[in-house]
Amino acid sequence: MTGTALLEVENLHTSFAVRRSGRTRRVAAVDGVSLSLADGEVLGLVGESGCGKTTVGRSIMHLARPQSGRVMFRGVDLLAARGMRERDLRLNIRMVFQDPYASLNPRRTIGDSVAEAGDINRAFKDSADRRHRVEATLASVGLDPSLAARFPHELSGGQRQRVGIARAILPTPSIIIADEPVSALDVSVQAQVVNLLMELREKLGLSMIFISHDLGVIGHVSDRIAVMYMGRIVESGETEAILARPAHPYTKALLAAVPQPDASLRIAGAMPASEPPSQFAALDGCAYAPRCPLASERCRIETPQLRLWGQTQRLLACHNV
Amino acid sequence: MTDVANHSDRRPGLIRLWIGPLLARPVALLGVAILLVVVLFAVAAPLIAPYDPSAYDALIRLSPPNPQHWFGTDQFGRDTLSRVIYSARMALLVGVGVVVFALVTGVPVGVFSALFPRLGQLLMRAIDVLMAFPSLLLALGLIVILGPSVANSIIAIGAGFLTTTARIVYGLALRLKMETYVEAARSMGSRTGWLVLKHVLPNLISPLLVQASFVFAFAQLGAASLDFLGVGAPPNIPSWGNMLAEARNFITRAPWLLFFPGMMIVLTAFALNLVGDALRDRLDPRLRSAFGAER
Amino acid sequence: MLSVSNLTVSIGPQARPVDIVSDVSFSIAPGEILGLVGESGCGKSMTSLAVMGLLPHPGPRIRSGRVEIDGADVTGLEPWQRVEAGRARMAMIFQEPMTSLNPVRRIGDQIAEAVRVYERLHAAATRERARELLELVRIPDADLQLSAYPHQLSGGMRQRVMIAMALASRPQLLIADEPTTALDVTVQYQILGLLRELSARLSMATLFITHDMGVVAQLADRVAVMYAGCIVETASASALFRHPAHPYTRALMDCMPVRGIRGQSLRTIPGQAPQPGTILVGCAFAPRCPNAREICRTTAPPRLDVGISHEALCVFPVTGEAAA
Repeated sequence: MTGTALLEVENLHTSFAVRRSGRTRRVAAVDGVSLSLADGEVLGLVGESGCGKTTVGRSIMHLARPQSGRVMFRGVDLLAARGMRERDLRLNIRMVFQDPYASLNPRRTIGDSVAEAGDINRAFKDSADRRHRVEATLASVGLDPSLAARFPHELSGGQRQRVGIARAILPTPSIIIADEPVSALDVSVQAQVVNLLMELREKLGLSMIFISHDLGVIGHVSDRIAVMYMGRIVESGETEAILARPAHPYTKALLAAVPQPDASLRIAGAMPASEPPSQFAALDGCAYAPRCPLASERCRIETPQLRLWGQTQRLLACHNV
Repeated sequence: MTDVANHSDRRPGLIRLWIGPLLARPVALLGVAILLVVVLFAVAAPLIAPYDPSAYDALIRLSPPNPQHWFGTDQFGRDTLSRVIYSARMALLVGVGVVVFALVTGVPVGVFSALFPRLGQLLMRAIDVLMAFPSLLLALGLIVILGPSVANSIIAIGAGFLTTTARIVYGLALRLKMETYVEAARSMGSRTGWLVLKHVLPNLISPLLVQASFVFAFAQLGAASLDFLGVGAPPNIPSWGNMLAEARNFITRAPWLLFFPGMMIVLTAFALNLVGDALRDRLDPRLRSAFGAER
Repeated sequence: MLSVSNLTVSIGPQARPVDIVSDVSFSIAPGEILGLVGESGCGKSMTSLAVMGLLPHPGPRIRSGRVEIDGADVTGLEPWQRVEAGRARMAMIFQEPMTSLNPVRRIGDQIAEAVRVYERLHAAATRERARELLELVRIPDADLQLSAYPHQLSGGMRQRVMIAMALASRPQLLIADEPTTALDVTVQYQILGLLRELSARLSMATLFITHDMGVVAQLADRVAVMYAGCIVETASASALFRHPAHPYTRALMDCMPVRGIRGQSLRTIPGQAPQPGTILVGCAFAPRCPNAREICRTTAPPRLDVGISHEALCVFPVTGEAAA
């Protein structure tokens, strides 16, 4: 990990207004998240539904409007950028979406979809240039270049996801934010797409924010992991360290729950039901306290902040570890 | 490393895409056949009509259908069949005119309302007000303001359909706005114009095509109504509505004057509805099979 | 309790049927959980629908084979026919509980409705039974939750309500079609634990369908692996994960990211599964199998015994331990 941070997210707050039973309430999807991405690094953002990881990704891409906080790319504030600046930034940070069936316009050819970023931002010299680059990109994601003339419904889920990746690398960006890129795919196809992403990262020198709820996949691809719960990062650090010695009680619970293909780990019986609280519940103190075996009085009053913990640059937000 | 595509055949050509479902339902074929006849009438009227539609012959006035005049003659001795054939031109002109008007006005209203929610609320309320009027009353009202003529009757009838078109487009565009591929385009820096041109409009084509066939059908009825009331096409231009208006005075004496133009109106509207149904049925299963069965 | 023998489900015209489920056989004893695992399109959902008697009309139909529940032959009978006949109590839970629950009715009412299908009790007793069922599935504050609406509950809670409704009939057989796929992993863990407890406590045979090998390992006593409409391997869970015999099972396990190989390429299965309904010659997996030989492409593979109640549909089953 080099010293220069390619992307710095500082104290991001993104909330949504939701109308429930006649009243409009604010849901804090991202509640003060800061993270950094170094050049060439893969940062895994992991958490369950409602934790805000997708919203973090979308806020960085400016698809969701943060209420406060900064996102700095090579020292430039992304959220404040306009005009040519914004265009350059848009080309440099790209997103791969989760649903291969919904992320491609069914009425546009594969080639048109892949070339879209270039078309919008006038990155092609002429139509021959465009055609060559589209075909080269398709080949680099393991697809036959002749597929450029086809339509999405002619392709399988795995192929469509590759098209989505192709779209995200033409022209080559610096950062890719992958929002659950393999969650909608079969296991054998997941493996192929994961391999592809790793390969492209090598070849193109990409940095990545890999968002997923699947700890197995995240553990495999990430250099560092950040665990999110209810809009906040509760633990972050090097992947190996976190997987081997999870510190935060939630991280431990998450790891314990991940299904491993090992029959000796069979679940013995039922345990009391414990679920994340509703997103509307305004909580004081630690969001995990209601489910936490280590919870103390202090946990219910005072929100734990991320602090350095242990030797290996680990950040942890817990009073009791 | 490349995995094989699910579908080994190429995407069926545009023709096959639309003709296919029509062929699949024999009833729709009937509709297509009738429409082709109408189009033939309109296009080749001078060639197929046995007589000049305005040729008078007082000697044979009000003759019932006979070998010389298959559809009989009217009170001026004009050949009904020829008039029916020439009227097809009016029918097509008004039909196409109304569809174009409805699309040209309704689509932008719908799209802008969806993309700019605040403006959209206002526009949709205005549309609601327009929809409160029964379509014939609305058309009549507009004719009173604009004056009777073919062009104005197109506008008057079209206004009624601009509302439904705008509503449909609004709903569709709202949904399209949330599609992941639109998000993806936004994430790449696309502006509203690009989104509309490349993503919203192309996905509107199919539903609008279906809508167009129904609009065409009801435009026939609307035009016939206006003509019948005397505020549409001027009486010297043959149209089925005009023919009905003139036949009113001869219902008992010469029922054929009522029957043939009336039948043409009914058949044309019916045929368009059949075709519209078939096209609409094609849309739904396509969407479902394209998005559901492939998992 | 459940015995499926040579079940074949086909689609297409009577004269030229196309099999989407071929010659599937397995059995589940009371209190046992069988995991039916396979990727999308392998036919596992169709199999469960056929067992339940829920095949859509018109469409796929049982071409041959038998389904027996507690000794009673229920092949092809729809659920209402089975209820009327008074035999074979079974229930099914699905992946998306929100679509199985009526959003405008309270939870308590919906469970009561399920209870009333099987038991004629007066209102208070029905409500009491509904509360009992909610407690059985470990929903906290069962009394309160009876008056709740589905949208007020989380995904995990809704799935528990579905399970409660399924239990209203005191089923001998429970079929669960990917019930945890849409749930968070910590909630999934709890639901799986609940299902284990229930199957043991109520002596219920459970058929659990999933695409996730890890979930199968966490939950099932025995496992059947499906590929292209056939069961390619059946074994106890421990035997399967320690000595997978069919090359497809092995390949599937090898694809999963496991701690320890971080940074390396994951192993993949080249090619693609055959489209449901494609006519196959020889072994369905041969085009993608690393061990395939000439005979695999021409002859249908036999079902070989490779261990104690461990079968594999393969000419050359793999021996030896699974890769770590």
